[in-house]
Amino acid sequence: MTAREQMLGAIRRSLRRGTQAGEARAAVEARLRRHPVNIVPARTAGTDEDRVRLFERWATFNQATVVRVGVADVPGAVVDYLAANNLPARVVMAPDAALDRYDWDGRPMLERRRGLPEDADRVAVTGALAGIAETGTLVFTSGAAHPTSLNLLPETHVVVLREADVVGPLEEVFARLRARYGEGGMPRTVNTVTGPSRTGDIEQQLELGAHGPRRLHIVLVRD
Amino acid sequence: MQSTAHAFKDNVDRALVDDNLQQSLAILKVGFSERRRQAVERLPEFEALRDRARDIKNHALAHLDLYLEAFEAKVTALGGQVHWAPTADDACRVVLDICREAGARTVAKSKSMIAEEIALNAHLEAHGIEPVETDLGEYIIQLRREPPSHIIAPAVHLTKDQVADTFHEHHRKLGFDRRLTERPDLVAEARAVLRRRFQEADVGITGANFLVAETGSSMLVTNEGNADLSNTLPRVHIVIASIEKVIPTLEDAATLLRVLARSATGQEWSSYTTFNTGPRRPGDLDGPEQYHVVLLDNGRSSVLGGDMQDMLRCIRCGACMNHCPVYGAIGGHAYGWVYPGPIGSVLTPQLIGVAEAGSLPNASTFCGRCESVCPVRIPLPKLMRHWREREFEHHLTPAAVRQGLALWAFLATRPRLYRWATGLANRLLALFGRADGRYAWLPLAGAWTRYRDFPAPQAGGTFHAQWKTRRGAGR
Repeated sequence: MTAREQMLGAIRRSLRRGTQAGEARAAVEARLRRHPVNIVPARTAGTDEDRVRLFERWATFNQATVVRVGVADVPGAVVDYLAANNLPARVVMAPDAALDRYDWDGRPMLERRRGLPEDADRVAVTGALAGIAETGTLVFTSGAAHPTSLNLLPETHVVVLREADVVGPLEEVFARLRARYGEGGMPRTVNTVTGPSRTGDIEQQLELGAHGPRRLHIVLVRD
Repeated sequence: MQSTAHAFKDNVDRALVDDNLQQSLAILKVGFSERRRQAVERLPEFEALRDRARDIKNHALAHLDLYLEAFEAKVTALGGQVHWAPTADDACRVVLDICREAGARTVAKSKSMIAEEIALNAHLEAHGIEPVETDLGEYIIQLRREPPSHIIAPAVHLTKDQVADTFHEHHRKLGFDRRLTERPDLVAEARAVLRRRFQEADVGITGANFLVAETGSSMLVTNEGNADLSNTLPRVHIVIASIEKVIPTLEDAATLLRVLARSATGQEWSSYTTFNTGPRRPGDLDGPEQYHVVLLDNGRSSVLGGDMQDMLRCIRCGACMNHCPVYGAIGGHAYGWVYPGPIGSVLTPQLIGVAEAGSLPNASTFCGRCESVCPVRIPLPKLMRHWREREFEHHLTPAAVRQGLALWAFLATRPRLYRWATGLANRLLALFGRADGRYAWLPLAGAWTRYRDFPAPQAGGTFHAQWKTRRGAGR
């Protein structure tokens, strides 16, 4: 008997039944297929503008910083943020075509390299699949356009997020994932990130930048 | 890990006089519970979410075999591998085999209670592989060669000065000469040391908060981002998870996550909540080439379907210990094994036997706070009572307790004698304790009065007498 059979057999013996068939199995399969929504907090209800404001409120609550700009002002907002925080005007940027809609060349002083982060990179600039208004959370999906290590290694992470990509609750992210990767499909990694990296492991006092970014800055783009 | 649960009383004696521990516990008792309270206030749906979370876990447990099979099918289809481990030894062996196959010398580990339960680090070390804990708290206690004292805050028993000493001792050889004293500096130094360790690790080992059957995803919740580095940088990612972690869908994960972060740290959402699904995909620029999930049983399947099944709903948030007056007085190490606090008092006898850990379910005031804050509504006091009954049935209860209970039973089944005896005791205690209202010493109650006074009864007689008067007045 394999370990697998041994464990599944032990489970069934304890539950005093054999392999489930018929109705019980159909119910489980239906739940997996239909993935019904449970309870969604009412706080995300409201207009588009309410939702963006709610996102901003919770992102800020979780120690991220947020600025709202028009499409033309995105590169300038990044440059200003770096200058204001005494950071070099040099970034590693996700090889994401969605970022090409911004006029980076209009800011020749901003040095850009695209691809994986290296040890010397202090600032990453990426897009995001979505922002979750419910908790001020960003959603990143791994792929050729967005290596996961960009979200983790550089000590400052600047995220360019379109207001149209701000959703209400987490459940709306699942809908977007299913639309993009198919039913039951997922990319290798979905990171949901809320504020900078933190730890409370020394005397329960909050410290930012434990392993991931110390600073998380969100540039919210009006379309 | 070698259990000292049998020596619970000695452990407690030491804990109560440990000044560093008591200083740390004083912070813990206010911090966690106050932050949870605020988070709960901010979410009107919280109580309804707890009910739903309980129902989801109950449903998953009732169909555990089907959901595990569905999860496995998904992982396999994506090129990952699922390994079934009936026992702790099996799980250790599977992990070691994968590490050896990968030619691993160092392993980056993200905090996992399952790894503690199966003593994975000791097993890897014994076979020449170095596990490096990367959660800051877990890293600190690994350097000190201590077990965790809390399931989500493993170094919560230590003060900043103790951490400073530990880093100074261990980081000197890495070129960090100065003894740091400020928290931000200590965190920054650990970050620098561990960043290098991440980069050299061949294998990353993480636990899982949930396994999602619908997608074959393993989910991880951290605040530091160390789990994400562990599953992104090394060539091989191993997830170790116990079987009861599987849940049906992403929507179910959403409900459980909404109660988890708030119950654990009082956060709206943990900083990093990650869904990992299989190995690196074609075109990906980073991520592991291999993805393994080790499913551990270690006695859990035998709990299913019985009167202790509720314990399998636990999502390891730590709220029960954060709100427990016993944990708050003695800390986690006194419990003697991996899981402390009320949930530890329920799990430990199951996992290592009631003969070894029978003292733990007795270490409860039955105040019920643990159950009142549990996000999946585990009836912890009821489960502890079950263990007390089993201990008694198996004649493991100490003779003095058994005789005391026999005397109590004799009295309690003879109402007139009971009322006479308690009335007499009440009057005597009130008479002799009248002067200062409390006793610093009492015969047969030395264990109580050694640490605190015994209150002298107030005027008004026994509970029975007062109840009678009150009912008379109410009519």
